[in-house]
Amino acid sequence: MSHRVRVNPIACEAHGMCAELLPERITLDEWGYPVIDEGSLTGSQLEHALRAARACPTFALLVERERERGRR
Amino acid sequence: MSASPSTITELAPATVQPRAPALPRLLSGIRAQGALSLEQHLAVHGPLPATGGGRRRARERAGMLIAEIERAGLLGHGGAAFPTAAKMRAVASARRRAIVVVNAAEGEPASLKDRTLLESLPHLVLDGGILAAEAVGADEVIVCACESAGAGIESMARAIEERARARSERGPALRLTAVPGHYVAGQESALVNFLGGGPAKPTFTPPMPFEQGVRQRPTLVNNVETVAHVALIARYGAAWFRELGTPTQPGSALVTLSGPVAHPGVYEIEHGASLSSLIRAGGGSTARLRGVLVGGYAGAWVGAPHLEGVALSNEHLAPHGASLGAGVVLLLSEHACPVAETARVARWLAGQSARQCGPCVHGLDALATTLEELAGGVAEARVAQRIDRLASLIARRGACGHPDGALNPILSALETFQAEFADHARHGPCDACSRPGELPLPDRPVSEATARP
Repeated sequence: MSHRVRVNPIACEAHGMCAELLPERITLDEWGYPVIDEGSLTGSQLEHALRAARACPTFALLVERERERGRR
Repeated sequence: MSASPSTITELAPATVQPRAPALPRLLSGIRAQGALSLEQHLAVHGPLPATGGGRRRARERAGMLIAEIERAGLLGHGGAAFPTAAKMRAVASARRRAIVVVNAAEGEPASLKDRTLLESLPHLVLDGGILAAEAVGADEVIVCACESAGAGIESMARAIEERARARSERGPALRLTAVPGHYVAGQESALVNFLGGGPAKPTFTPPMPFEQGVRQRPTLVNNVETVAHVALIARYGAAWFRELGTPTQPGSALVTLSGPVAHPGVYEIEHGASLSSLIRAGGGSTARLRGVLVGGYAGAWVGAPHLEGVALSNEHLAPHGASLGAGVVLLLSEHACPVAETARVARWLAGQSARQCGPCVHGLDALATTLEELAGGVAEARVAQRIDRLASLIARRGACGHPDGALNPILSALETFQAEFADHARHGPCDACSRPGELPLPDRPVSEATARP
């Protein structure tokens, strides 16, 4: 089962921890907000992603199972 | 098939119609002022198909109504053109008792259609809300009106009272709520948030309103015009509905026409009618046109050279990067400066952010600043790259559709008025830049910029 990371942009306050912990998938824009590559995570990235999600001070980073993908 | 739009100034006498006439449909029997009473409404359209019966009969009827709406091919009129039947099915299949929200929270300053329906045809709207409730098994219909639509709110409140007095059998509870007038308040999740006691600001999805909406119940949010069409489809059928419009976008639509035109206002057109026929119905343009903004401030520009062939359906507008959206058609005269107008619109759109998501707050502000610099002739070198970069940082990064919607008219203006933008970047403001803005924004709302017919 594949996973991906997603950010809740309302909760995000640009602390930037996620980009430190998952630089393979997350960079920061010029205002400090995460720009996320939402493709499927590899096995080793999943572990880092979960760590990044736990480290986010506002719990804005979500690790989702691909099939949970919401209709936007 | 008639292609000529009909205006709310052409008043048809209220007579009993076995079938609603070709056009107007929604606007049949409308008066120049005031609402149709319940009695007058019933004289135009007749009663709703029978309601009542047991629970099993109600479920059967609900399934038949949704199937009829699906055959009609009705698409939502709030802007996204989502198939109404599919939305209803999603809500109907949820386990808990549903709620219907009729969205007339029109925050688009160039649109008058939602308030026109509330003001003039409240009973058609209520019919549609009651039918939608029946389709999804809801026991409550909440009509959400923009707080600035005073006359519409009064008229709808009176209509709900009339219904309460006249009602002989049980139906859903009918409620009316005034919603704050800012632009994003009409987003589905913002309405649900507001009706749950929160601010009228969008929320992070999922859950979507159809899964978990007002009071955690599955919630059907339909635009007020969408439910008005439902009230007609239930009476006259899918085949009748499809007699107008295009195969992919059947039926008619209300459009708000404004700008340099003799009689601005709300018109009913059939999907696919030509832009020129709409302008003719509006008494013709009073100036040469530089372009037309179709779909309002989430829409796209069609430049003067292409206006002749434009047809008002999403399929025909797609090659121009436009869609009908909530039916706003804004004409821009050749006296106006499209660069200054775009900078004004961009600044207003930036100010309409709910200020919840960083990329929207900072991105739209930076984009507006860049356009103001461009209009003033003081833009940095490589301004085109800067705009591209900002657009990529804004797109698909908000919780709601506002940042993406805001990009549409701005990016489309840059393409449509390429020569004018290049000229400003090189030589600074033009003579027209100092004229007062022509596009209706809250400093110049459409209700003042245009006299209602």
